[in-house]
Amino acid sequence: MREMIKMVVVLTLLCTFSGGLLAAIRNGTKEKIEYQQLKFVKGPAIKAILEGSSNDPIVDRFKIKDGKIDRSFFVGIFDGKASAVAFESFGKGFGGDIGLMVAVNTADDTIIGVGVTTHSETPGVGSRAKTDPSFAAQFKGLSIKDAFKVKTDGGQVDAVSGATVTSRGVTIAATEAGKIYKKFKPQIAKKLKEFSK
Amino acid sequence: MAKTIVQEFTKGLWDEIPPFRLVLGLCPVLAVTKTVENGIGMGMATTFVLVCSNILVSSLRKVIPSKVRIACFIIIIATFVTVVELVMQAFTYPLFLKLGIFIPLIVVNCIVLGRAEAFASKNGIVASLADGLGIGIGFTLALGALGAVRELFGTGILTIWEKPIQVFGPSFQPFTFMIEAPGAFVCLGLMLCIMNMMGSK
Repeated sequence: MREMIKMVVVLTLLCTFSGGLLAAIRNGTKEKIEYQQLKFVKGPAIKAILEGSSNDPIVDRFKIKDGKIDRSFFVGIFDGKASAVAFESFGKGFGGDIGLMVAVNTADDTIIGVGVTTHSETPGVGSRAKTDPSFAAQFKGLSIKDAFKVKTDGGQVDAVSGATVTSRGVTIAATEAGKIYKKFKPQIAKKLKEFSK
Repeated sequence: MAKTIVQEFTKGLWDEIPPFRLVLGLCPVLAVTKTVENGIGMGMATTFVLVCSNILVSSLRKVIPSKVRIACFIIIIATFVTVVELVMQAFTYPLFLKLGIFIPLIVVNCIVLGRAEAFASKNGIVASLADGLGIGIGFTLALGALGAVRELFGTGILTIWEKPIQVFGPSFQPFTFMIEAPGAFVCLGLMLCIMNMMGSK
């Protein structure tokens, strides 16, 4: 009986100690891990579309609560003013959700650039939406408030040849980004003022 | 038959070097040694877990009831593996992405559990520390060596501190076979063979 109790006590103490240690380390490394993940997973897309900004958009980021989820916004500072914001939205493509990073100039609500972050499209066909710069370049300068469509659906964007469904997914994501932007515009403007100082 | 601390340490470097002499822990040995960098990174992660778990198991050896000792060892090992996983994510994220699932799998690496069961649970803290460090460094060297051979012949390039060095010059035709899984087996077999030839003299 004594042995039974000893076993239970030792195991309980060990587990408690281990749980405590892990919780402490997790708390300590949480921000660093989030930064690393953003840098290596979404970083390349963010850097490419906010090219020429004088800050590191991954460091200067803020979050806005949208219902249950936190949306991350990345700030681009041009000529000393925080005038651009990049954020991610999703649209349904051929093989699943396509993540699209959209950078918006907050002064005139136009798109500075877009870049596909995550996708599971067919390699070599749909994946060109990510690798072919001329496809993403079409969004440049358009107003974020418009609804985006590919040309076969009567819209303004040339689809990647052979990958209409993927291209449609990207336009859905871009339209979604417009909705997000309209919804949070006051909050974004307020946050950007803090970064301009 | 009592060995000195130095002997406990050095035995892991040659006499009991894990993948070659004990032929233990082959899963990570075969899977992650595509490059030197991966091999050494994996080896260092394992060394850290090995040293920490050896120290803790050794210091708790009189408290842990023998009936639940395996469960206790696993808790200790799993804790340190999770620590390594979090720290690697925070500081060496690209390496973490390359090693992937094999970091959490250190928990079931039989070298770590084997040293806890066979050595640390019977010996003092200092001896266990020396044992863990020796075996760990031996494991790292073995993984590094295997990674170097495979990377060298498989790609013709050695990557050291993220700097690729063209060893054989641009006209070298790489044996792509070496960086695939069968290459790992063949390479490990040849290295075992060389170790045994040197040992039998």
